[in-house]
Amino acid sequence: MTTNTNPLAPPSALLAELTYRCPLSCPYCSNPLQMGGRDTEMSTEEWKAIFDQAAALGVLHVHMSGGEPAARRDLLELVAHCAGLELYTNLITSGVGLTRASMAALAAAGLDHVQLSIQDSTAEGADWIGGYEGGFAKKLEVAGWVAEEGLPLTINAVIHRANVAHAADMVDFAVRLGARRIEIAHTQYYGWALHNRAHLMPTREQSEKAYAEVEERRARYRGQIVIDHVAPDYHAKYPKACMSGWGRLSMNVTPQGKILPCHAAETIPGLEFWNAREIPLADIWANSPGFNAYRGDDWMQEPCRSCERKTEDFGGCRCQAMALLGDASACDPICVKSPRHGLIAEIAARDSAEKVEGFTPRRIERIREKSDA
Amino acid sequence: MTDQTQTIERLEAGSRPHLLRGVKLKNDQVRKTWVLLAPERYLRLNAISVDILQRCDGIATLSAIVDDLAAKYSADRALIERDVRSLLDGLLEKRMLGL
Repeated sequence: MTTNTNPLAPPSALLAELTYRCPLSCPYCSNPLQMGGRDTEMSTEEWKAIFDQAAALGVLHVHMSGGEPAARRDLLELVAHCAGLELYTNLITSGVGLTRASMAALAAAGLDHVQLSIQDSTAEGADWIGGYEGGFAKKLEVAGWVAEEGLPLTINAVIHRANVAHAADMVDFAVRLGARRIEIAHTQYYGWALHNRAHLMPTREQSEKAYAEVEERRARYRGQIVIDHVAPDYHAKYPKACMSGWGRLSMNVTPQGKILPCHAAETIPGLEFWNAREIPLADIWANSPGFNAYRGDDWMQEPCRSCERKTEDFGGCRCQAMALLGDASACDPICVKSPRHGLIAEIAARDSAEKVEGFTPRRIERIREKSDA
Repeated sequence: MTDQTQTIERLEAGSRPHLLRGVKLKNDQVRKTWVLLAPERYLRLNAISVDILQRCDGIATLSAIVDDLAAKYSADRALIERDVRSLLDGLLEKRMLGL
């Protein structure tokens, strides 16, 4: 279906969403609104079979994520299995659910890296936004264990209106924790974040101030900490190169075994995604209709089709075009070249005027309540 | 907690460079190339970079690594040193290398 003459490259990264269960309830979570509980999750053996196939297919990094991956009792077994396959194993965690002993065991089993989320630079703010009393203190403890084990640490902070004034403080904080790397990611509006957008959106002034303050830290901490900075979408001129291109480098595995190009792909109606419980991973990567839908540039409309940036940002994000314009093939309206770009400023101005309080905390149960209604 | 005032490490002739924990060389059988795996990223390596990094064992000094490579390639030592420093300085800044 595509005129793309480049042969399909192997995927380099696999995001393993081991479970949707999570003790925190961050309102900006990128997980879908409809989440399956424990009884729907894949077994240890099913996960191992996926990792075996991923290694053979060329995956280099496995990101153990969720939900909270430590909520899986077989986390240690899965990490050891990946290490045995020479997969680079990254644990993306809230820290809650880990113990001193489990961290030592994970390190001994071959875990390569820990990415620890923080919700704010203060305990009060962090525990409120994550909806988990004592969470911040727990994270400090976990960061100490990671250091004691000699593992590299990345701090991950999602920025929104309630913590936007502390973005740069969080970089300072990560340096004090001994992190080698920090991700300062302005909220991307998918899943729960899209649902709660009116409570999360900072003003343009707040975003730009935070962005500049974090950029200023780059020079100050050069060689000490690497800063990966995800710009605020709604205040940008050009769209992000979402997932470095749809189905180009990575895949997400849901707790139920569905293989997706990204977190939000299932929000696009009409796409067919395959499940690794039924179909070999290599076949899915090459032939799943959902993956092939937006590979190459055959699907593009103007202004993307003739745009010189199309090999750089791939037209931005398909899920965002869907969510905001109702057309997944349209130019991501974040782009200044989109005929609908004006909509973004309208939404951003409107949503940043709302209250921070009153968001819907991320919960699996919420959906059950909803479906009962 | 680390001292916030620490400065960037400098690569000197007597430095003993080594890949930090969580940074690994891998001979990727699928892509038919060597890669350097690090937190959330990987770099494809050319033959000379592999030669350099395989010698960064935390025992050999920078000066010894350069001598060794200059002999192996029968190349100008200054030229080799420039290549080695360029690669290692970049990895230092990316927090992938220790001295």
